[in-house]
Amino acid sequence: MSEKMTRRTFLKAAGTLTAAAALPVSLVEMAWGQKSGEKFTFAYISDAHITQIKGTEFVKNFDKGLQKAVLEVNFMDPKPDFVVFGGDLAQLGKKEEFEHGLEIMKDLTVPVKWVIGEHDYYLDLGKYWQEKVSPLYYSFDHKGVHFVVLNSILTDDDWTHRRWPTPEERMLQMARLDNPNGSPFMVKEEQRAWLKKDLTKVRQGSPIVVLSHSPLYKIFKPWNFWTDDAEQVQAILKPFKNLRVLHGHVHQILYNQIGNIPFNAFMATAWPWPYPVSYSQLPNKVPAITVFMNRADPFKERDGTGWGYLDMNGGMLHHYELWENTPRTVRAGGEMKAPGDTAYQDPAKRIPPQKRY
Amino acid sequence: MRKFLYLLMGLVLMTISVALGMVHADPFTKEDLKKWDESFTVVMKEGDKLFHSSQLGKNSVSCDMCHPNGADTHPETYPKFQKQLGKVVGLRDMINWCIQNPLEGQPLAADDPKMVALEAYMTWERRGVKLEPGKH
Repeated sequence: MSEKMTRRTFLKAAGTLTAAAALPVSLVEMAWGQKSGEKFTFAYISDAHITQIKGTEFVKNFDKGLQKAVLEVNFMDPKPDFVVFGGDLAQLGKKEEFEHGLEIMKDLTVPVKWVIGEHDYYLDLGKYWQEKVSPLYYSFDHKGVHFVVLNSILTDDDWTHRRWPTPEERMLQMARLDNPNGSPFMVKEEQRAWLKKDLTKVRQGSPIVVLSHSPLYKIFKPWNFWTDDAEQVQAILKPFKNLRVLHGHVHQILYNQIGNIPFNAFMATAWPWPYPVSYSQLPNKVPAITVFMNRADPFKERDGTGWGYLDMNGGMLHHYELWENTPRTVRAGGEMKAPGDTAYQDPAKRIPPQKRY
Repeated sequence: MRKFLYLLMGLVLMTISVALGMVHADPFTKEDLKKWDESFTVVMKEGDKLFHSSQLGKNSVSCDMCHPNGADTHPETYPKFQKQLGKVVGLRDMINWCIQNPLEGQPLAADDPKMVALEAYMTWERRGVKLEPGKH
């Protein structure tokens, strides 16, 4: 963790816990240059993948990731106004996994805004989620910022309703990232119409944060680093000049800018994923501006997971803090300037662990 | 004297070989190639299945969860110095490390058909990438 971060943010009780030396959540500081806008922070935790082995037995590795995140959010200072959970609380959408995950999340001392991931959806098609966790898509306003939460992991009706003999089989198929029998994510027409209508109430120039699980652009279809109707969603977002998209799903630092829309992805608390450039057999559209995370050391259980920090109040900085690794700072992007790493964007300054192959 | 005997034996064997029409070494046919390729594919697909199943470990975690399409396993760089183990190791050593740690399972013997199948799948997913043993 950088010196600046240590002093500036969370750790009033310095040295309280070694665990708190690197925080697994993203602290997002909002000011947005609006004179009326009130400065506030929110944290971001994503992709916990709580996995039931059997009965009350769960994969410890993934439990520990989420527990660490929750513990450290509770040590944040200033306290965040809320936490965004970026999706994939469960691995196979089971009631037991949700209950176990929610039990861990319950320890948070601030409210949670939930985004649904495909691992939460494809067993019961969002039934448990809507009853016990959150609506599938919604919007809310917070201190002058309009937040929109989308369910971006829908897919075509045939795959969802007619392809698989049981809901369990459907869930297993969707849970496999490199599944040749998978199906691309979509926001779909109903939600796009809702989004369009929802944004009409936002005053021109007001800040908007769109939260989705999958990236609302196209990177690599075979792993569903992809939203099939991304162009149509982007067309709806395009007129808004003060808007950004934050997403999970990819388990890595990833940033891009398409037109005036910056996209920033967050790490998982569970495990990191390779960049699609590491799969040599198929072409990919990994954004050229992303400087990759360091290759994770598999012997360090939490390496490659972590949190980010977006500071809109001077230089628009997005700060990624990685567990068991070096923190990274990325200009968050926007109308004026594309996102870029403040230390490593210049290819000459990159370090060997950032090379992926 | 002994040299002469060996030479004589060699000549006798050669004569027998020619007589039996075995003068051409390894005369495989297109059908053979097809058969061998199919045999490889069966093993590679078995590896694919294992790589995507939870049966190698004890906690329902599978290899593909961290390595979709075998990515980030870099079979073309092994054997190499594995800094965490402090020595040069083969791909199978890292396969076993993953089985024992993230998957919480029992290691496979080096000649276990499952190990061969896993190696077949992982190298198949890296086909065409040039060999660079030792690379980090």
